[in-house]
Amino acid sequence: MGGISIVLVVLVAFLAGMEGILDEFQFHQPLVACTLIGIVTGHPTEGIILGGSLQMIALGWANVGAAVAPDAALASVASAIIMVKGLGDGSADVQTAISTSIALAVPLSVAGLFLTMLCRTIAIPMVHFMDAAAEKGDFRGVEIWQLLAIGLQGIRIAIPAAMLCLIPAEAVTTMLNSMPAWLSGGMAVGGGMVAAVGYAMVINMMATAEVWPFFVLGFVLACIGDLTLIALGAIGIALALIYIGLKDLAKQGGGAGGGSGDPLGDILNDY
Amino acid sequence: MAEVKLTQKDRMAVAWRHQFLQGSWNYERMQNGGWCYAMIPAIKRLYSTKEEQSAALKRHLEFYNTHPYVSAPIIGVTLALEEERANGAPVEDQAIQGVKVGMMGPLAGVGDPVFWFTVRPILGALGASMAMGGSILGPILFFVLWNLIRMAFLWYTQEFGYSVGSEIAKDLSGGLLGKVTEIASILGMFIIGSLVQRWVSISFTPIVSTVSQSEGAYIDWSSLPAGTEGIKSALEQYAALGPTGLNIDKVTSLQDNLNQLIPGLAAVLLTLLCCRLLKKNVSPIAIILALFAVGIAGRLLGFM
Repeated sequence: MGGISIVLVVLVAFLAGMEGILDEFQFHQPLVACTLIGIVTGHPTEGIILGGSLQMIALGWANVGAAVAPDAALASVASAIIMVKGLGDGSADVQTAISTSIALAVPLSVAGLFLTMLCRTIAIPMVHFMDAAAEKGDFRGVEIWQLLAIGLQGIRIAIPAAMLCLIPAEAVTTMLNSMPAWLSGGMAVGGGMVAAVGYAMVINMMATAEVWPFFVLGFVLACIGDLTLIALGAIGIALALIYIGLKDLAKQGGGAGGGSGDPLGDILNDY
Repeated sequence: MAEVKLTQKDRMAVAWRHQFLQGSWNYERMQNGGWCYAMIPAIKRLYSTKEEQSAALKRHLEFYNTHPYVSAPIIGVTLALEEERANGAPVEDQAIQGVKVGMMGPLAGVGDPVFWFTVRPILGALGASMAMGGSILGPILFFVLWNLIRMAFLWYTQEFGYSVGSEIAKDLSGGLLGKVTEIASILGMFIIGSLVQRWVSISFTPIVSTVSQSEGAYIDWSSLPAGTEGIKSALEQYAALGPTGLNIDKVTSLQDNLNQLIPGLAAVLLTLLCCRLLKKNVSPIAIILALFAVGIAGRLLGFM
């Protein structure tokens, strides 16, 4: 990895770190971060594939309230760097490099979590400095501390990224090549299943008895290979609108029919 | 005294800074620093004396925490309230803090399912499915679409909050927000269902049966015509017979049997198991590591 590449990788890592907390531009999402690292290190295609694979796993990772999710920023940046190192001289198998990086991304996402918690604690004295600045009506002071806090989050990923860049590529390649087939194969099998955890997180967030049937519909319709994700999305929106419309209608009907809430009962009574 | 008004430029500056809301997220007052940072252009416009400015800064360093996007209408309402206050209306500190706290809870309840659990998984899955084939369009599509939606949402809902001011509290209890959340969760569940089918891959390799097929059900490789004619004939037969025509023996793996029930059955069972484990407060990290362990064990023992 050349000097310019390393600087650019650290820059991408800094962006990813900031976004890991801001959650606006999404530079920390694997799809974006791995692609960018792939591009600046001259392995764009591998970076995109790694990003896509990791994105599928990380789809449901989101920090909600007190719940903590694995950290996508460190996971995507660090695993992309490791993959690039592994690909280095072209002696490693691309598929092995990608699936190993995916497996490594998981413990890294935990490490990232602890770093986030650390930064969120360091931010406490920082807002106290903002208080002091506010006391004096000092706009600049408030702004500077806010920007420093964001920078801290960027550094959270930039430093580990820089350290990874300094590991000799041979070490990573040797590690990849010495890995037995059952281990790399097993990691690939595990990687195929891990996406279920992210989806389960989303389901637990949204599932009520009312919406489970839509899960079943989605699952069954996806068996039809001709339906693209966009087509499935269109079906999903149509179903949602139909359902909400009918539900409104049922409410109005129930009101007009004496509010028994049992249309069939009403018909039988009238009969 | 002339009335002070926030210009569109001021409001745009607030909207831009509002993107850095979570930058100083801390365990004490959460998003308070970012909120104050976002309000600064408005405070500068509305208040001219040092005392007023200092009081306004302190007022906006109170505890605050919500979803970073649905915070936009809240900051819009707050801008309207601050503007009234600067023009002499009796808007108390408590009123402003009350509006913020009153709105942040219900709105976070909309923002999380809509953005984190519906829009991002859908756009992410769309981009990722293209990216896994190595296409740069996947990441670009995700990045551009997401940021267009996000920026439009941030700006227009902030303007909406600013124009309706404190009236918004009435809309909040109305049915619209509930409906948006409901549509999002239906669409989200539908898409998650299809993602489970498409992208959770489990394949059981044990062979259930090996059957010798009757003549004509497989390609007789030894009696093909020579040269390219042979390739053509083999391809034609393959098109008619399907993959089982490649060998005399028809091998059925456990996965083939499961697929006859419904493709992806094991994937959905695994997902439901994960749901249960998460509900029992098993850490997602522990589940992920366990799945890798199962994968390695499965490969070692030869059943996956």
